[in-house]
Amino acid sequence: MSLKTMKKSTRSNLITFGIVIAFYLIVSLMSVMGMMTSSFAGQLVPICAYVVLAVSLNLTVGILGELSLGHAGFMSVGAFAGTLVYTLTFENTPLPVSILLSFLVGGAVAGIFGLLIGIPVLRLQGDYLAIVTLAFGEIIKNFMNALYLGYDSTGVHFSLKDSASMGLAPDGVVLINGAMGITGIKKASTFTMGIILILLTLVVILNLVNSRAGRAITAIRDNEIAAQSVGINITNYKLMAFIVSAVFAGMAGVLYALNFSSLVAKKFDYNTSILILVFVVLGGMGNIRGSVIAAALLTVLPELLRSMKDYRMLIYAIVLIVMMIFNQSPQIVSWRKKITAGFKAKRAAKKEKKEAA
Amino acid sequence: MALLEVSNLGIAFGGLQAVAQLDLSVEKGHLYGLIGPNGAGKTTVFNMLTGVYKPTEGNIVLDGKDITGKSPELISKAGIARTFQNIRLFSDMTVLDNVKVGMHNQVTYNMWTGILRLPAYKEKEHEMNREAKKLLEIFDLDGEANLKASQLPYGKQRKLEIARALATNPKLLLLDEPAAGMNPNETEELMQTVRSVRDQFGIAILLIEHDMNFVMGICEEITVLDYGRVIARGDGMTIRNNPKVIAAYLGGDD
Ligand SMILES: Nc1ncnc2c1ncn2[C@@H]1O[C@H](COP(=O)(O)OP(=O)(O)OP(=O)(O)O)[C@@H](O)[C@H]1O
Ligand SMILES: [Mg+2]
Repeated sequence: MSLKTMKKSTRSNLITFGIVIAFYLIVSLMSVMGMMTSSFAGQLVPICAYVVLAVSLNLTVGILGELSLGHAGFMSVGAFAGTLVYTLTFENTPLPVSILLSFLVGGAVAGIFGLLIGIPVLRLQGDYLAIVTLAFGEIIKNFMNALYLGYDSTGVHFSLKDSASMGLAPDGVVLINGAMGITGIKKASTFTMGIILILLTLVVILNLVNSRAGRAITAIRDNEIAAQSVGINITNYKLMAFIVSAVFAGMAGVLYALNFSSLVAKKFDYNTSILILVFVVLGGMGNIRGSVIAAALLTVLPELLRSMKDYRMLIYAIVLIVMMIFNQSPQIVSWRKKITAGFKAKRAAKKEKKEAA
Repeated sequence: MALLEVSNLGIAFGGLQAVAQLDLSVEKGHLYGLIGPNGAGKTTVFNMLTGVYKPTEGNIVLDGKDITGKSPELISKAGIARTFQNIRLFSDMTVLDNVKVGMHNQVTYNMWTGILRLPAYKEKEHEMNREAKKLLEIFDLDGEANLKASQLPYGKQRKLEIARALATNPKLLLLDEPAAGMNPNETEELMQTVRSVRDQFGIAILLIEHDMNFVMGICEEITVLDYGRVIARGDGMTIRNNPKVIAAYLGGDD
């Protein structure tokens, strides 16, 4: 099958994969040639994590059309669950197995939280989801911030007060130390792992969107009453989208956490949720490729601009505004459409000529 | 037993009795009209039949199964499909996908088949595309299959809604003012299409329409509603000459 005869959605998906793979190759090349600054190298895993977060949030916000303000909460539960698994297993399990297990557990735990929050909330209409997810994110942050967890020969101990009140025996090991979180993590995340997670996320979410279930989800967004009238179970499909979205946020959390030596709950706050939402809005609601590009660009940009530190925030703000206008302003959007339509017309004319000849 | 048996159906919104004591019997393969002045309760009847509103009294039995007060989802599965007076398409989806969404419970495969692109995915999608294109052809929409639904002109949007409803493979099709906003040519064409859909699919059709030529032209039995109550029933001739009907229409809003 040639690119031209392919279904439009398939072609668009291939371009998205191409962009990710090209990014991977260019970065690898740069690092082989020693052209990479250490600050940029340090950004690579976070970039991948944010891309996964943006793409997964886009499923809830752009495809399903429900505003979620607690994506960092799912990232957080995934990060803590996955990191616990990692710290408990990496010494006596082959490293790849330990890492794989952490990702699976992180994703699963986040998915369970998605289910628990989704069931009561997705039945309601309106802005409840936004409010409840916002509260969820904050509750998770405060809970993890206060949680002390450890184990000794007598079993698992936890407390929400301080580490002493866990009552650990002298041989005990502290796993989560309140606001200090999990410390002494042996860094495991790599850029390659990040890219693999991005590709996995893209395959799952793009395939989902272009399938029977994805059409049902999109139909619910476009018109809930009409979707019901053709026999779609609204609650089930909303939950499906919400849970898939949470699972990948959880895995992104694991990727992010295993990139640093310590993991603290403070990182996954309201600001992080909003930042991810900004990526989605700037990349375009429902536009998966847009999320990939927006998340990557806006994560590296502040770092790249470090040398111009006086103007850094100014440039960042300008880029935000320009992207916003480019993606959202009705005039610009119609102007863009005209241009692409012009291209298409030209191409069609060319084809006709060829066929006539 | 008739395909649809409605008895003593009624609904009140607060103090307003929008529909009362409605009896209706619909046979397979026939075309029925539901008419009446603005606000008579016609759309409300559709909303009760499809589960959008829960009736406060009465029963709806489809094919021997009581579906009174069931959810729209279950009623769709039981075999009633509808269009909406104020068009409700999936506006950001393509024309083709709108019809494929209509096939949601006709051609099925689970989430994993879709995500993992298992062999069944391709097979079922092919089947859906083929069936959807057939439906689009009936409504002369096959040329616009890849446009967004919102890009269609008004008259074609109404037709797409009918195609989507048919995609659910209904036993009974409810059309709420299918000819609204169409010009006389389009209306004439739609009459032919509705009739041929009934013949081809062998289903029952109940339609609400203000265009009297349309209703009189194709409906075998017409029920007239005024202030939520049936004031007349019969074929076009009977209805046209019924003094109560004339009074209801001439009486207008007062
Ligand atoms: N959800 C609702 N809440 C309160 N009143 C309602 C509701 N739905 C309908 N009504 C009232 O019920 C009555 C019948 O409305 P309906 O829409 O069924 O009329 P109709 O016969 O379809 O009129 P039209 O020809 O204008 O479409 C009207 O008085 C309307 O205001
Ligand atoms: Mg009406």
